[in-house]
Amino acid sequence: MDSLALRLNEDKSCLCLGVSITAWLTFLFGFAPLLAVLGVSVGISSFYTRTLLHVFEWANLHMDLRAKEKNRQLFRHDTNGKLLSLKQEIQELRGCAGCLTSEFNLTDVLFFCRKAMENVVDDDVTKRFSPQKLDSWNLLTRNNHNFCHISLRLKVVWVLGLLLRYGVLLPLRVTLAITGICLFLVLSTLVGVLPNTRLRSCLSDKVHLMGCHICVRSLSAIITYHNRQNKPQNDGICVANHTTPIDGIILANDRCYSLVGQLHGGLLGMIQRAMVTSSPHIWFERAEVKDRHLVAKRLIDHVADKTKHPVLIFPEGTCINNTSVMMFRKSSFELGCTIYPVAIKYDPRFGDAFWNSSKFGLVRYLLRTMSSWAIVCSVWYLPPMNRKEGEDAVQFANRVKSVIAAKGGFVDLKWDGGLKRARVKEAFKEEQQELYSRLVVGVSQGADNAASDSAKES
Amino acid sequence: MGSRASTLLREEEIEEIKKETGFSHSQITRLYSRFTSLDKGENGTLSREDFQRIPELAINPLGDRIINAFFPEGEDQVNFRGFMRTLAHFRPIEDNEKNKNPTASEPLNSRSNKLLFAFRLYDLDRDDKISRDELLQVLRMMVGVNISDEQLGSIADRTIQEADTNGDSCISFQEFIKVLEKVDVEQKMSIRFLH
Repeated sequence: MDSLALRLNEDKSCLCLGVSITAWLTFLFGFAPLLAVLGVSVGISSFYTRTLLHVFEWANLHMDLRAKEKNRQLFRHDTNGKLLSLKQEIQELRGCAGCLTSEFNLTDVLFFCRKAMENVVDDDVTKRFSPQKLDSWNLLTRNNHNFCHISLRLKVVWVLGLLLRYGVLLPLRVTLAITGICLFLVLSTLVGVLPNTRLRSCLSDKVHLMGCHICVRSLSAIITYHNRQNKPQNDGICVANHTTPIDGIILANDRCYSLVGQLHGGLLGMIQRAMVTSSPHIWFERAEVKDRHLVAKRLIDHVADKTKHPVLIFPEGTCINNTSVMMFRKSSFELGCTIYPVAIKYDPRFGDAFWNSSKFGLVRYLLRTMSSWAIVCSVWYLPPMNRKEGEDAVQFANRVKSVIAAKGGFVDLKWDGGLKRARVKEAFKEEQQELYSRLVVGVSQGADNAASDSAKES
Repeated sequence: MGSRASTLLREEEIEEIKKETGFSHSQITRLYSRFTSLDKGENGTLSREDFQRIPELAINPLGDRIINAFFPEGEDQVNFRGFMRTLAHFRPIEDNEKNKNPTASEPLNSRSNKLLFAFRLYDLDRDDKISRDELLQVLRMMVGVNISDEQLGSIADRTIQEADTNGDSCISFQEFIKVLEKVDVEQKMSIRFLH
């Protein structure tokens, strides 16, 4: 009797397990992709983000309390800076030493010394190439290695979060992504077979948008578009700040763009070739990339054709960590087309979108992104801008950059994003030396004259 | 994850650095975070290239001299202790420290030690005096190619003439202190370390 009851119980639990697994798999492979394809939102995202924020608040309160118990303050990341010009500071130093402010003095070295030390402790550039440090912990170990050992309760919450992210969210997202990409490749090639008519361009737009919708779902990206009335039109170039390769997908989720770039190999190349069969993107072979005139000509031709989509360009040239906007390359601003600036700001609490390309490759980056909580971002469309009379390409680029920086709340930096990998040019050091030498050379001539005068007198 | 765990700072180390340099616990943790972000090779030490990677430091005319100050004589790597020891020179002097027991060893950020740091920027060969040649070399670093040798020479001569009191055509540390006696070194050679 007992063994029978036991067997029945076992059967029941097996049945339950079987049913739940089937339900889960159906959701994973059937329902969720269907929702994504149809672009239907079930309203879960705001509930999800609010719950997460509550959990983070609790966790941080908990950590603060524990830290207070140990009588020590949790250290927060904070920066502040104040600038006096080189001339002002050196003259101040010389004045203190009681000498004329226009001669070299041994105190001059103190200025360069202090500046250098300040930059050793904190500088404006190197921190832009690593993920933004958060003020509070968001239950991802990648953001903090010390925090998770504070208490058992916190550790339990963290483990639960880990299970949720890697056990539920990651498989779901990866499945969606693979389904989406396959679907896109097939449909895009099919549409490319059709003759070149209005129907074909209409269909290809729909296929591109569908592909983007699925990709956005697969990343759990919650995007808010602002000022849609300024959305880029077919007659210009769209420029935006660059944080991650996902930027393109986020923008293309709202309207179709033509992308510019180098033709890659492998999976990415396959996707690129599929894209271009149905819609005119501008892909270059590796050799052609160096030829600036060729690039410029193709861009101008594309923009002149009003039936083609606006070109999407990221003038920084490399991924920056979304706290600042770095120097814009002037090549896109020389063409004389209308520029549509866009600012993209990611909320770092739910997952860091920045791709640190010197640290890990694209696949690992995508896995990290898909195992974070979500990608929450805001996109601001800014009014179109044109080059003014008498303004050169560099000034125009800086003007666009400051508009984007102001809207997104970024620090506007003059430094080149290329400093991620390359050394700074000697010319900048020579500029500093020249600035300083102006504070030294003026009077040494006067001193010589005074000496020769006094020699004449005596 | 594995290599990061091994470079986490231990409590005993933090206490030792606190005693030696006077930084607070949170300042040490923050500076450790900075140290590891500069340490691209992730081997627990910094090389001169790691410093040169900071663009604002690389364009500083005296950047190389400052970077050199971090490295002990003849060495190419500096660990976190050495890093903190050098930075400690720039810690602001707090009021409660001024009344401390005068027989205790001089803190790294005393006025005298700050001035010694500045003196050593000029004193290239560490022989405790600044010769005309050394002064010329440092001047050349600061002005680049913009001033002629003759002008620079006369500037160096004038500076030594004004500072030199014992007639050996070199500036000793005592003479250096005399030149800077009215300068508020405590303020000019301190940087704000946020808590």
